[in-house]
Amino acid sequence: MTKSSFHRLLRIVAIVGATGLTTSAFAQASPEMLANTCAGCHGPDGSSTGPATPTIASLSVDYFVLSMKDYKSGKRPSTVMGRIAKGYSDDDIAAMAKHFQTKPFQRPGQKVDADKAKAGKALAKKYCESCHEDEGKVGEGVGVLAGQMLPYLLYSIDDFLDGKREPEKRQKVKFDALVKEQGGRGAFEPIVHYYAGVK
Amino acid sequence: MFTIDRRKFIAGVGATTSTLVAAPHVARAAGGKVVVVGGGPAGATAAKYIRKADPSIEVTLIEANKDYYTCFMSNEVLSGERTLDSLKFGYAGLAKAGVKVVHDLVVGIDGAAKVVTTQGGQKFPYDRCIVAPGIDMVFGALPGYTAEAAETIPHAWKAGPQTALLRKQLEAMPDGGVFVMVAPPNPYRCPPGPYERASLVAHYFKHHKPKSKIIILDTKDAFSKQKLFEQAWTKFYGFGTDKSMIEWVPAAKGGKPSAIDVAGMAVQTDMDTIKAAVINVIPAQRAGKIAFDAGLTEGNWAPVNKATFESKKVAGIHVLGDGSDAATMPKSGYAANSQGKVTAAAVVALLSGKPAPTPAYVNTCYSIAGENHAFSVAGVYTYDGEKNAIAEVQGSGGLSPIDASDEDRKREVLYAQSWFRNITADIWG
Repeated sequence: MTKSSFHRLLRIVAIVGATGLTTSAFAQASPEMLANTCAGCHGPDGSSTGPATPTIASLSVDYFVLSMKDYKSGKRPSTVMGRIAKGYSDDDIAAMAKHFQTKPFQRPGQKVDADKAKAGKALAKKYCESCHEDEGKVGEGVGVLAGQMLPYLLYSIDDFLDGKREPEKRQKVKFDALVKEQGGRGAFEPIVHYYAGVK
Repeated sequence: MFTIDRRKFIAGVGATTSTLVAAPHVARAAGGKVVVVGGGPAGATAAKYIRKADPSIEVTLIEANKDYYTCFMSNEVLSGERTLDSLKFGYAGLAKAGVKVVHDLVVGIDGAAKVVTTQGGQKFPYDRCIVAPGIDMVFGALPGYTAEAAETIPHAWKAGPQTALLRKQLEAMPDGGVFVMVAPPNPYRCPPGPYERASLVAHYFKHHKPKSKIIILDTKDAFSKQKLFEQAWTKFYGFGTDKSMIEWVPAAKGGKPSAIDVAGMAVQTDMDTIKAAVINVIPAQRAGKIAFDAGLTEGNWAPVNKATFESKKVAGIHVLGDGSDAATMPKSGYAANSQGKVTAAAVVALLSGKPAPTPAYVNTCYSIAGENHAFSVAGVYTYDGEKNAIAEVQGSGGLSPIDASDEDRKREVLYAQSWFRNITADIWG
């Protein structure tokens, strides 16, 4: 064997070895495959029929990714999502986020208190709408509130007010103002009824 | 003036024609016939998701019953929190998704000829077959507990008339009565299920028959979510005190039953004969009958390739859900639903000559143990090709924390109810 053919053989061995490694590490699952695993709890294509588990369809990529990362690190409190988020890589999460962003948020309507919703609409206009635009249907980097499950929205408010979940800077200003100007945390409930009832 | 040369014109037509001829060939390659045997969570999910991914595939689902009663949440029927009707799901949603639904009993699958035969004498040829056999009870494994005995002493481990029978017996039981449950050996459908059942029956007794007692005779020395259940039993039902409503007797302490005395309404163990007002025997289990008849089993379950759920015994047939040997994944409704989607994607790919895609699987399973008190186990899994195993992603999943707040336990009840509504919409909606 000549020196050059020996080197060629070494190279082939190296390539075969490397290929062996890459085939044993499986390719990333497709966005659809990954997203399908969520439907069991969050509903077909991410639209929940409730009563509590939130719809994840149509969420902005930023908000979806931030939520999953915060669940994973424990920064955002949860019952089960922390345990589940730890099962996915950053790439997996990005793929799922892009997938769900394209899915429509189904709003068949849920039962809310009409009087509370009416009072909540006025409060929402003053305290929420600058970020949660178009009746809360748009969520650029924030959650989609329109038609979201009522118990889930109440849980979220509690977690923010109890200091378990860190609010965003602008959100904190508005929350503080709402508590101060509208008579405490009870003022959130009508707002939640308003957003939950948006069709 | 611009004219078309006759020869060029003919050549152009020829090109167009050949394109037209080629097109149906491509379409044919993408289509194909899939026959799904069994309309439970695994089979129905697979059928629906194949149609969702590729409507050119003809999918026929064959299921003996007109309606399916979910085993999950059936313990709430026993405690009176829920009606049996709320567990009932029909097949209109699948028909709407373009699945041809046939109500008949499959009696044979010829893997060589690729034909499924039903009791009604119908024959269904397939390119790929999906078998979701569910479970059967192993009657006779525990002496005295036969199929006939189950008419008096229900197993209630397949929801429907069995659930209604056990509920009726619990309602008729006088206050101060003893309810004995025999818990099954591993592996079986819904690992935490027997203990959730004990919890919810205790919940019912607490409010309606507070002098009554529950004895769990176990063939095992440990069980799923044990610490969480024991914590709930301590909190709600006096567990650990001499006034405990629930007594759990593990095999090591003589809990393993040796025989069922149907006429005497008693369970015998090596040490004792325990008489009861109501007995619930959850026997050992194995894959549903069709899996055995079609030669898909090894031991009690059907071995499969874990990336595609294709049978290791008969090519072209996929076996999934409780009847398959998916080892690391529990035999749960969520696992069946998740496996249905993995199988659907594999079948769609294989029918068009492509390799099966990389799978992703999840399980989440809730147990309700008392008022405003639930907990869960979750698992995120990937495929380990070298071991042909479903492997849990390290550091993920697991149980609700033992020190979770009352608020979180309460939230998990509503999340459990949501899970039920969403997963059933995903399967049959």
